[in-house]
Amino acid sequence: MAAAPDTGDPSKSRGLIGWIDQRFPLTQLWRSQVSEYYAPKNFNFWYYFGSLALFVLANQLVTGIFLTMHYKPSAVEAFSSIEYIMRDVDGGWLIRYLHSTGASAFFIVVYLHMFRALLYGSHRKPRELLWIFGCLIFLLLMAEAFMGYVLPWGNMSFWGAQVIVSLFGSLPVIGSGLVEWIRGDYVIADATLNRFFALHVAALPLALVFLVIAHLMALHEVGSNNPDGIDIKKHKDAKGHYLDGIPFHPYYTVKDLVGVAGFLLIFCGVIFFAPTFGGLFLEGPNFEPANPLQTPPHIAPVWYFTPFYAMLRAVPSFAGTQVWGVLVMGASIVVLFFVPWLDRSPVLSIRYRGPLYKIALGIFSVAFIILVVCGLKPPSGIYPQLAKICTALYFAFFLLMPWYTKIDSVKPVPERVTGHA
Amino acid sequence: MRKRLILIAVTLFGTGLSVGVASAQEGEGSLPHAGADIKNTESLQRGARNFMNYCSGCHSLKYVRYNRMATDLEIPESELKANLMFSSEKPYDTVNTAMPADAEAWFGKQPPDLSLMARARSVDYIYAFLKGFYVDKARPWGTNNLVLPGTAMPAVLSSLQGLQKPVFKNEPDEHGSANMVLVGAEPMTAGAMKPEEYDQFARDVANFLDYAGEPIKAKRQSMGVFVILFLLVFFAFAYLLKKEYWKDVH
Repeated sequence: MAAAPDTGDPSKSRGLIGWIDQRFPLTQLWRSQVSEYYAPKNFNFWYYFGSLALFVLANQLVTGIFLTMHYKPSAVEAFSSIEYIMRDVDGGWLIRYLHSTGASAFFIVVYLHMFRALLYGSHRKPRELLWIFGCLIFLLLMAEAFMGYVLPWGNMSFWGAQVIVSLFGSLPVIGSGLVEWIRGDYVIADATLNRFFALHVAALPLALVFLVIAHLMALHEVGSNNPDGIDIKKHKDAKGHYLDGIPFHPYYTVKDLVGVAGFLLIFCGVIFFAPTFGGLFLEGPNFEPANPLQTPPHIAPVWYFTPFYAMLRAVPSFAGTQVWGVLVMGASIVVLFFVPWLDRSPVLSIRYRGPLYKIALGIFSVAFIILVVCGLKPPSGIYPQLAKICTALYFAFFLLMPWYTKIDSVKPVPERVTGHA
Repeated sequence: MRKRLILIAVTLFGTGLSVGVASAQEGEGSLPHAGADIKNTESLQRGARNFMNYCSGCHSLKYVRYNRMATDLEIPESELKANLMFSSEKPYDTVNTAMPADAEAWFGKQPPDLSLMARARSVDYIYAFLKGFYVDKARPWGTNNLVLPGTAMPAVLSSLQGLQKPVFKNEPDEHGSANMVLVGAEPMTAGAMKPEEYDQFARDVANFLDYAGEPIKAKRQSMGVFVILFLLVFFAFAYLLKKEYWKDVH
């Protein structure tokens, strides 16, 4: 971090700010984390998604608080209370659509944010812990989204919870006890809804916010990576400022504002013109109340879970148990944590990597999208076969990474960053 | 390189979106398009009249309030009370039905509340369902439905539509034996309405149930236009601000 300019000694600030600065490091924090935090000047399109994820998180927290004021977490009243919000609460429909569309938007920006890391090697040394915090956020986000999806107590909420919770039942020995412990009952019932509500509105958001703070602290400790994947701290001017860096504020605050505006255009387009998004963001069967006696014709999780659901279904039962699919699904998340050490390339950015990594990442991306589709479809026709192939490709990308990144050719890496957006 | 990556991102994102939307809409591919228009207030008014006169005897709209409906559909309160409310309900009440709670003993199934039917199934589904009754001697009421085979609902609108008879097509199986497949229905007896009139009747009811499923829908869409226009202006200013700040960065 550059030394603070002599004019900006926090102890010399006056007025109200001065009063605060003598009691709390306000100016110091603002400078060290924002106005004098140096970020690489060559961020491109892919670097919008971090700030957008923060923006969507704020949206979810604020709209979630307002939904909580009207929602009733009980099996008898939950479904009707959602319709009460949609019809009788002033602006309730907008708050609810902001929240439900926000859930899907969260996963879109987070998936693109993670893809950015794979493009430019943002998980590599010294950012391994930053990546691990990110993986934990992703894991918690999935739990948060799953429990939130159960709260409207529609028929898909009910049966989705039924399917996902019973997965734990396939674990040997502890399985059935664990499932009962999660449900708080012998079936998905009022007790389940109530505890999912507690976890969704209190426990998980709290943990998420703490992890996001840790993620940002780790980021500001090591500094951002950039599309060239090179260290910007090597070259400083006479004043000690990084030649390839610029202060986060105002440069990236105004740039991220453009990102937020672009995001809002798409986001509000969905909210005002296609809030169910053709049944992908809000599913038809979930407009029918939970009915334990009537299974929806086809149970599928919301789109952002379907790649993992497809992997679960792709694994056949073996030795009389279904547990292998559950283990594969778990492994598909766990493997993410090891990416910083699986990648053996001497360079970080895809710009200076050889063809092997580019091909591998391309195949991986296509396989992931196909898995999204496979998980949405009933397991018939070509989909089960396709899901098997893509599951293999998903794992091959990670497990073969030490090998293909090591033998891949590399291009010379520049000393200074190339261009800026 | 940068442009290429953006291109890849946009392509991947676009593919994902279109695949998603296509797969989500797939289930409705076989239904005829109802041509309902949520902004057509006259159609909604007719739909409300049709619903209250022909449907509300058995089906409730338990999330729809009479007065909210009257406001949204531009129906004066006097008109509402005279023509659309048949019992002792007050305008702030929800649309309930006189059907007793033990109707399951009569029909085998309690007639469902229709507040959210358009959202759970679709407008096109309701339109096709209302038009899909045909004579089937094997069913308790003597009628069946094309889009909901084995429906518990009798063809209560046959006095308007007339009765339809099923149309079968021979699609031989792999052994070449005859295999009759139900492909549609055609008029058998005339009803009180001409086919186009009945189509309009069904369209208005489907449209009204679309309104009942989401009363804010029409307003949401017209508000959306202004929101998008505002955001376009906001985007332009944000972009110019960014450009101004960044002009000295080399």
